[in-house]
Amino acid sequence: MTRTVASHWKKTGAFLSKYGIYFAFLLLVGFLAVFSPPFLTPDNIINVLRQTSINGIIAVGMTFVIITGGIDLSVGSVLALSAVIAASFAHPGAHPLLVPVALGLLAGLASGMVNGVLIAKKRLAPFIVTLGMMTAARGLALVYTSGRPVINLSNAYDKIGGADLAGVPLPVLIFLMVVLAGVFLLHYTRFGRYVFAVGGNELAAKVSGINTDRTVVGVYALTGALAGAAGVVLSSRVMSASPAIGEGYELDAIAAVVIGGTSLSGGVGSIAGSIVGALIIGVMNNGLDMLNVSSYWQQIVKGVIIVLAVLLDKKSKI
Amino acid sequence: MIFDPSNPPVSGRKASDGPVLRMEGISKSFSGVAALDNVSLQVARGEVHALMGENGAGKSTLMKILSGIVERDRGEICLDGEPVEIRTPKEALRLGISMIHQELNPVRAMTVSENLFLGREPCYRFTNVVNRRRQRELTRSLLREMDISLNPDARMRDLSVSQMQLVEIVKAVSYNARIIIMDEPTSAITGREVEKLFEIIGSLKSRGIAVIYISHKMDEVFRIADSVTVLRDGQYIGTRPSGQLDHDTLVRLMVGRELSQLFPRITPRKGSVSLEVEGLSKRGKFQDISFRARRGEVLGFAGLMGAGRSEIMETLFGMHRADAGIVKMDGREVHIHSPADAVRCRMALITEDRQLKGLNLKASVKANLTLVSLKKFSRFGQILQPGRESRAADAEIEKFRIKTRDRNQAVNTLSGGNQQKVVLAKWLLGDPEIVILDEPTRGIDIGAKAEIYRIIGQLAEQGKTILMVSSELPEILGLCDRVVVLCHGRINGEFERRQFDPERILKAAMGNGGGGAKSGNN
Repeated sequence: MTRTVASHWKKTGAFLSKYGIYFAFLLLVGFLAVFSPPFLTPDNIINVLRQTSINGIIAVGMTFVIITGGIDLSVGSVLALSAVIAASFAHPGAHPLLVPVALGLLAGLASGMVNGVLIAKKRLAPFIVTLGMMTAARGLALVYTSGRPVINLSNAYDKIGGADLAGVPLPVLIFLMVVLAGVFLLHYTRFGRYVFAVGGNELAAKVSGINTDRTVVGVYALTGALAGAAGVVLSSRVMSASPAIGEGYELDAIAAVVIGGTSLSGGVGSIAGSIVGALIIGVMNNGLDMLNVSSYWQQIVKGVIIVLAVLLDKKSKI
Repeated sequence: MIFDPSNPPVSGRKASDGPVLRMEGISKSFSGVAALDNVSLQVARGEVHALMGENGAGKSTLMKILSGIVERDRGEICLDGEPVEIRTPKEALRLGISMIHQELNPVRAMTVSENLFLGREPCYRFTNVVNRRRQRELTRSLLREMDISLNPDARMRDLSVSQMQLVEIVKAVSYNARIIIMDEPTSAITGREVEKLFEIIGSLKSRGIAVIYISHKMDEVFRIADSVTVLRDGQYIGTRPSGQLDHDTLVRLMVGRELSQLFPRITPRKGSVSLEVEGLSKRGKFQDISFRARRGEVLGFAGLMGAGRSEIMETLFGMHRADAGIVKMDGREVHIHSPADAVRCRMALITEDRQLKGLNLKASVKANLTLVSLKKFSRFGQILQPGRESRAADAEIEKFRIKTRDRNQAVNTLSGGNQQKVVLAKWLLGDPEIVILDEPTRGIDIGAKAEIYRIIGQLAEQGKTILMVSSELPEILGLCDRVVVLCHGRINGEFERRQFDPERILKAAMGNGGGGAKSGNN
């Protein structure tokens, strides 16, 4: 009798911890809907999604990296580098829209590949390599712009971040596309399966005939490219590209991934979790603003949530 | 006699004449499989007592019980005639039992004296501040007492393996040990260092400390052991004074068993030569390895741990680079530089350590099963076809009788035998031509063993080429058509099935002139 009760609780516990993050999200939304009615208005929801889209795009890439057991601290700086490069080719009448967009993505891709090659081939710790890239890419952005923001961007470029389709902002649509592509790549392709295999046991993956180096390079290149995409979207939305933008974004992305239940030790995780993680951060920022909570307190709340999420995750594994 | 752990080591402590250690009727099973069944061990004060037996005989389990790492199910342990309970390694230390493991784990960044006093640092009075000077002095006097010249301030990472071992021994003595267990202490050291170790063992004896010595090296055992206890399959076989034993008797005691019905009857149907290896060498690991293997043949590789068998197989499989040598498959030379190359050449390697190199323990049974041959279940080679993948996984689970709730169960929740079947199945799903098995039945129960033997038999009948590394002689004798015996990285004998003789194989593995290729010591 006691055993059945115990196992019942165990099952409930397992269910709760598996989907706990989704419940937490719903709870948060419900709470804000009650205490701050304007929260659930369509305008505000769109607003939250728009605010979340940048972090969300980066978090998709970060999920891949963290599942391999790595980390990418350089995404914020790579975002800035891509933004200034893209924006510098986006002055009115200078080039077709494709040029700045492609160059922004390429800058991110290239930075990511450098990360990946150093990590996979030279066997350097991801933390160190991307810490170096974080500093160097920021420096490159500053050198490239002489420290001044790139302004005077074309109308076409501004549309990437400013236009909307049937009331849905373009950044949100881009975010949605990135998520769908990420889910497909991670869960429905051979590459995605290898990402899990490398994170779960790199040696076993290698022995199984998988080119683990190629997988690792691919993951960092992807993350770099997504940081580049985020840079393009962000600079377009704010209609300028400062070499200082994106500072601290890497930590928001890591937080989203970790809140979403992806383990920092690698081998397990999901894009869906990271997206909910990013949404929780976005909703919290927005909701706490609406409740007139000072931004100082917001930081404290955010910090507590991150640790709580990991604690919950850890409990579910015991 | 009441034992006071705070006492400084007393040299030549003489107490009652009874045995210092008596273990009686010790039994232990792991998840229903008996590892030890009613085993006894009696060790006299100040003697060197060798514990012998094949791998899996239960030696290490018995010693883990004695040193508090594993708890026994039944039986009695008496120290100096008094029954004791040993539940943790710390209690064992307190009772004067120290174990020096085969793999040494010092804190490498710390100095010799810091390691010696780890967890019991001498401090200034009324503080927790380490009195480094006193720690150093104590270390010096300990080292002097045992006539070991080492700098107390040397970092552990700068020491050789044998020096680290000496530090471990000094540490054990400094805990006022009555019994020191040494697990294969000479596996990583050479000639002069071995002599030094034996000298130290001699001085331990003269202090009245008993040494339980686990080793596969016969010549060492005969040199230093006073008595020998033999275990086999978790059973106590007997204890003899080493003076009354000779090589052959000891080997017979260790091996002496009928080959059971475990092994499938393979009708030898040897085909063409599929794999030729010529002069494969890797410095410091193995030299001049040459052999041929045919289709439908099970070629065994016998030898002691550290003989280089796993390294040879891993090198063949592209995990390490050879310094020299040629590998031919079906008469054509192949260059295998990575496991990916090996897989392309239709080789499979079931590694010795399934948890470290064989499985992704964080993934499901299905994901592990299909990892090697994922391409087969992908459209355009890239996009997974979940339906086909799942069906293939289910088929493998059924074919190999893998006991799992379903294909999505986490592989780390399976038993060792079932995990091993997952590893086998994942490789065989790729339909390899050459299957290398490195200790395929290590640490799994007898039922799973029999099933794995059955699978190996089937593979041979299908005309696959099978290379099997095993430390379990019965397995080699029962399954292989031919066996290559390795000793210290060289081939030291080769036997056809009709010449199979456990004693000759064991002798060849231990460095005696087995197949006449090389004569060893003794």
